Amino acid sequence: MLLAGRSMVRMLKLEKVSKNYRTGTFGGKLLPAVVDVSFNIGDGEVVSLIGESGSGKSTIGKMILRLLNINSGKITLDDIDISTLKGAKLKNYYRDVQGVFQDPFSSYNPIFKADRIFTIIRQEFFPDVKDSEWREKVDNALRAVGLNPDQVLNKFPHQLSGGQLQRFLIARALLLDIKLLIADEIISMLDASTRVDVLNLLVELKSRGLSILFITHDLSLGYYISERAIILYRGCIVEMGATEKIYFNPVHPYTQMLMSSVPRLDKKWERVEMELKAKQTELTGGCVYYERCKSPYKCEKCALERPRLREFEPEHFVACHFIE
Amino acid sequence: MSIKIKNLKVYYQTLRGDVKALDDVTFSIADGEIMGLAGESGCGKTTLANSLISLYPPMKYIEGSVELDNEKLPIWDTDKMNAFRYKKISIIPQYAMNAMNPTRKIGKMTAELLESRKVNYKKTKPELLRRLDLVELNRNVLDMYPIELSGGMKQRMVLVLSTLLNPSLLIADEITSALDVSTQKAVSEMLVEFRNRKIVKSMIVITHDISILYQIADTILVMYAGKLAEKAPTEKIINSPIHPYTKLLISSLPKVGVKYSERKLTGIPGNTPLLLDPPSGCRFRERCPVAFDKCIEEPPFIEIEKNHYVACWKEYGKNA
Repeated sequence: MLLAGRSMVRMLKLEKVSKNYRTGTFGGKLLPAVVDVSFNIGDGEVVSLIGESGSGKSTIGKMILRLLNINSGKITLDDIDISTLKGAKLKNYYRDVQGVFQDPFSSYNPIFKADRIFTIIRQEFFPDVKDSEWREKVDNALRAVGLNPDQVLNKFPHQLSGGQLQRFLIARALLLDIKLLIADEIISMLDASTRVDVLNLLVELKSRGLSILFITHDLSLGYYISERAIILYRGCIVEMGATEKIYFNPVHPYTQMLMSSVPRLDKKWERVEMELKAKQTELTGGCVYYERCKSPYKCEKCALERPRLREFEPEHFVACHFIE
Repeated sequence: MSIKIKNLKVYYQTLRGDVKALDDVTFSIADGEIMGLAGESGCGKTTLANSLISLYPPMKYIEGSVELDNEKLPIWDTDKMNAFRYKKISIIPQYAMNAMNPTRKIGKMTAELLESRKVNYKKTKPELLRRLDLVELNRNVLDMYPIELSGGMKQRMVLVLSTLLNPSLLIADEITSALDVSTQKAVSEMLVEFRNRKIVKSMIVITHDISILYQIADTILVMYAGKLAEKAPTEKIINSPIHPYTKLLISSLPKVGVKYSERKLTGIPGNTPLLLDPPSGCRFRERCPVAFDKCIEEPPFIEIEKNHYVACWKEYGKNA
């Protein structure tokens, strides 16, 4: 078993994490991409991070992978602050946490064969493993993601389909025996028929104890796979909780708008008036959703005071002044 | 009948032979019909769209006819098509986000575009402004550069541009796939609005996202590996599809309310055949769960009940 031999309960925790990007000609302006985000991912848990483009969902994924620095707050894995990790310790962190990204084609160098990604892993992390042993390890990882090693090894990236390449990347992550996978929109480039296979693969890995942060803008995919969902708007968490509760009883006006615009196969859109994206105006002290909010309770308080994330019912948190 | 396509064959020329991307396609679209075109990548959706409007090499016209409002379209002749392009038949291409000239203000670009079609910009401008209001774009976008617009705004601007001369047929190729759910909904509903106001007569909406088609399309045409598989009213395709491929495709879609722990979805095993040398007979044969001996012959695209066309041997017998 690839993921066997683990005893400790692991937990990734984000505490009041914020990230600002510098924009403007001389970097004089600050664009808050993530604002005071706190959540955690437990052992063997799948958490969906849902938001529109520009909501900061990929930024959060990259911060967890240490591809971006954080401006304030703390990310810890088993109570160890990951921003302090260096050298060998950082390498160990990457043994536990890996990412797979949206576009499988651009993750490969087209000049080399696709299985070079495995060779690199071997050079970096397993220099002492024998050839035969390594070969078996690779075969097992490929079988775990539903590929036949004889058919896919020794091929160039253009000879493999998008779904196969995406599974290659997941197999690469499995070779390291990881504990947490950051899956950033890994489904969106795939075709309908292969899409479900990759989703089911994630479900199977989860049942073996892998934790997954599933970043997506497709709400139906998020529902299929995760126990908990986090709805992000302009870098702030507006609603968070058990998936069923968020989908069937959305409380925040933004989540409600989002749920009503998902194209569904069992229900048609009612004709409602258009929702257009608010301009990225500077964040004031008030509610992030203030300009677009259509709630009848909207008032001055919303413009002045940013609502905190509060418990609406067990396992269901909402950031809105009017959740009663 | 607004558009009639008969036995259309369009191949791609490559060094290793012809890729049969569109093989013997026959169907028609009625006036006022929004037809959704669905299928996996590489099944010929975009080839069909492009061959109706800009058939350039390496695409090669083999045979077949296209009739728009009882007029034959010379799709094999790029120069002759100029008379129809934009005026009678128009497209919102897949790369619409980058379709506008980045060095011109949008108003100037529009003027140049209209001039090239010998249409007076000044006379068209009042209508242009009305259309901008219709898609809820601020009128001053005409003084802006494309880079100043967000993705959804650009998409709506291109929608206005493509339909400015009231074409009979509008082809929308994957126009919502790069947008967020809320903007996706707004743009899709605008397409319906343009049809309802009779700005365009009929539409082909190409997307791989069938749930969007369910929201806006009147009929759905499903393609598989360069062939037509099934065409029927939207409700039929979604709720009681007949072709085995459509069935598998619809059942593999994740829906809100379906969880892996309650109902595990399955994908379609196998891969699409290479179109360089496609297998004889039904092209879905190798992946099909109900294939039998007869499938070695090619199934014709037959109307088995009113407005419901299917290409599957298994199904003809049942309804005959």
